[in-house]
Amino acid sequence: MTEMPKHSVALDAKIPEGDLADKWTNHKNSIRLVNPANKRLIDVIVVGTGLAGSSAAASLAEMGYNVKAFCFQDSPRRAHSIAAQGGINAAKNYQNDGDSVYRLFYDTIKGGDYRSREANVYRLAEVSANIIDQCVAQGVPFAREYGGLLDNRSFGGVQVSRTFYAKGQTGQQLLLGAYSALSRQISKGKVTMYNRHELMDVVVVDGKARGIIARNLTTGEIERHGAHAVVLCSGGYGNVFFLSTNAMGSNVSAAWKAHKKGAYMANPSYTQIHPTCIPVSGHYQSKLTLMSESLRNDGRIWVPKEQSDVEALRNGSLRPTDIPEERRDYYLERRYPAFGNLVPRDVASRAAKERCDAGFGVNEAGEAVYLDYASAIERYGRTEANVQGIPAPSMEKIRELGEAVVRAKYGNLFQMYEQITADNPYKTPMRIYPAVHYTMGGLWVDYNLQTTIPGLYACGEANFSDHGANRLGASALMQGLADGYFVLPYTIGDYLADDIRTGEVSTETPEFAEAEKAVQDRIEKLLGNDGKIPVDDFHRRLGRIMWNECGMSRNAEGLKKAIADIQALRSEFEKDVRVPGRADRFNPELDKAGRVFDLMELGELMCKDALERNESCGGHFREEYQTPEGEALRDDEGHAHVSAWAYTGVPAEATHHKEELTFDNVELKTRSYK
Amino acid sequence: MDFTLKIWRQEGPQEQGRMETYPVTGITGDMSFLEMMDVLNDQLIRDGQDPVAFDHDCREGICGMCSMFINGEAHGPNRKTTTCQLHMRSFKDGETIYIEPWRAAAFPVVKDLAVDRSAFDRIIQSGGYVSVNSSGNPLDANAIPVPKADADDAFNAATCIGCGACVATCKNASAMLFVSAKVSQFALLPQGQPERMSRVQRMVDQMDKEGFGNCTNTGACEVECPKGISLDNIARMNRDYLKSKVTGE
Repeated sequence: MTEMPKHSVALDAKIPEGDLADKWTNHKNSIRLVNPANKRLIDVIVVGTGLAGSSAAASLAEMGYNVKAFCFQDSPRRAHSIAAQGGINAAKNYQNDGDSVYRLFYDTIKGGDYRSREANVYRLAEVSANIIDQCVAQGVPFAREYGGLLDNRSFGGVQVSRTFYAKGQTGQQLLLGAYSALSRQISKGKVTMYNRHELMDVVVVDGKARGIIARNLTTGEIERHGAHAVVLCSGGYGNVFFLSTNAMGSNVSAAWKAHKKGAYMANPSYTQIHPTCIPVSGHYQSKLTLMSESLRNDGRIWVPKEQSDVEALRNGSLRPTDIPEERRDYYLERRYPAFGNLVPRDVASRAAKERCDAGFGVNEAGEAVYLDYASAIERYGRTEANVQGIPAPSMEKIRELGEAVVRAKYGNLFQMYEQITADNPYKTPMRIYPAVHYTMGGLWVDYNLQTTIPGLYACGEANFSDHGANRLGASALMQGLADGYFVLPYTIGDYLADDIRTGEVSTETPEFAEAEKAVQDRIEKLLGNDGKIPVDDFHRRLGRIMWNECGMSRNAEGLKKAIADIQALRSEFEKDVRVPGRADRFNPELDKAGRVFDLMELGELMCKDALERNESCGGHFREEYQTPEGEALRDDEGHAHVSAWAYTGVPAEATHHKEELTFDNVELKTRSYK
Repeated sequence: MDFTLKIWRQEGPQEQGRMETYPVTGITGDMSFLEMMDVLNDQLIRDGQDPVAFDHDCREGICGMCSMFINGEAHGPNRKTTTCQLHMRSFKDGETIYIEPWRAAAFPVVKDLAVDRSAFDRIIQSGGYVSVNSSGNPLDANAIPVPKADADDAFNAATCIGCGACVATCKNASAMLFVSAKVSQFALLPQGQPERMSRVQRMVDQMDKEGFGNCTNTGACEVECPKGISLDNIARMNRDYLKSKVTGE
């Protein structure tokens, strides 16, 4: 175990004084700057090259800092932001539908079930418009209208159209934009890029983050890298559930190593279970695929009303298209008439689980609902027939025209669905089920995005800051780029202003030597272990525990059991895991072993966090706390706080720190989408 | 379903490689090709053997990391499909499947089926961007209108996932489809105009420096591209490249 920081850190969010709308401007005007000549004397490490990491590395380098950027993939362009489909929010009000910075702020606070910081969320909404300007200037090919201006779509949980998109590949286009900005700085020598490198530990010297230990995944070499500040943009930890929409390599290790060195983890149990994913099909399934939430704009979600129809669907004697309208239960439209199929993700997911638990799931496992495009195809087809001036079109013609419109909007998503399921979603409703998609929790950061370790920053999904207990659709991309392009580059200067005379950070110190040795010892232990069971086996079992006890609904008894089960699983891992191969070669099994162990520790802390939170809010639904109608029951008296956990040696014995949340600008209401 | 797999094994970039034979059993049609590889590796680890190394990450066809040459085709038999989106229902029970890495001088083998594609990164670094600083204050996004048709074409070019299937497929190991997709994206947009001529020169020069082969207009790259990137992009790039040389810009 590594040494804990000697001083105890007070949980001060450092929110600037003043009116909500003025805080960020005032703060930017009052924080210290580093002059351009001095920036050249300062080194910053950025870990991860997704939207937050690429944009942060590029921006810091443009400003003049020397940046070292790290990613575990073979190229920075592969970070998992690439897979984000639906879009990015921005308060541009291009559609003249009443949008504003305040409304985006309000929707995000409300969507997060009043468990996020007002000041951070307001700043996010404030810079959102700059992001779109920036990306367009970089040549990101957003969807456009015929007049040449940018198109918008609406997204779950809000009543305006503020989402910018590039078909179902918005994340790809934004990441390639940030990657191009990063590449430009690499070509100038301002960023040194380390592909296929993994962070193995954060090095803390005199209470400050002063570098990292990294492993070159191709050669196995352990490297020391010193810097004046370290920025973690290492993404989320949905893979703690084994099955999730995350990439196979997505992991918590960078954040977790930082946590073990003294950075607090905030609200780790806040997990987003996305309602529209392709259902699980078998034991060896390795990941789940998301179908963009944008599909809920036009698709209608239903299950049969009658049990006999469910049986007939499961045994194949009835097709979904055979079931007439009056025997269908469009349960979201029924329960939430105001928002219908566009309720926020947590609400939509729980409603699907409720119907499936009641026995109405439409696949063999009883864990699927229908997402139906028939009425959208007909609606678009009729409009298109009018546009083309076709008098009295046949139903067949209407469908043909409608399918073409749907293909233009969602073609790549439909194609993906068909590839995976071998079903044609134009002709038959898609089967979907909720799956783990995003983690709102993460490293605790103050307003400056600094963790509880001075000099260690966290951006994007790796921090906990902006989404409260539930993230709204199209807000992850917004937050990643806001942090990286427009927040961190300013706030980090205030800290680095003290480092202009520090000189190069030496890696020939006992702290680096000790961290490096611990890494080497751990690798040796893993490779030398006399076990027989592959890493994936443990990962799968961890996932099952987490999904059953810390997934869409949780209760105290189950969470306590999960903690004990995970602890037992960890000891079994130490004894029985088999990690093949060598330390000095490309060895993906070894990389995975380290990551899965960290996920097991994190899982334990997530259960602890969920157990402490005696209320239901956003993605966190405790069965003990619900209304008679089954809606979440929040406890604003007792739990309007951020839970920040300090590591003490055993995850379940972490110390609990609270950051009380104050709401001066919004009234805390029961979230209603009825 | 059961299969016989013939897989390229190579310890490292300097070592000699060879084809090895492995049986796999109990595969279902709904498994993806990579899940079938997971099953094989699970068996190999339990048997105390070295698992097969391969690159993969998102497993939803967008990150571009997976890269297998399956039965002589990049990403296997299905069109517009990455290896991770290829399902075992596309194969016949009992079939023998040949699995090899991308083969190109510019993509050295890291281990087994994993190759080093950093040459692609260096091509992008040579000019695959618009030179605007992110910390500046650009114009309002709608101050730059783009005709929808151009925006759509730029988008289509920009959907390249950088997997390298085009290089692996080309008999000359040419990277023209990859490079031209990026060149085209910016050539089609107003934002890309100021650097249009210098960009195409720099990127083509870097491509040559990396050791990729020349284009002989066979068109195999377009056929095998999992994202359907069009050969039109190569024509556009050639036009721009020639123009930049003639005008000396």
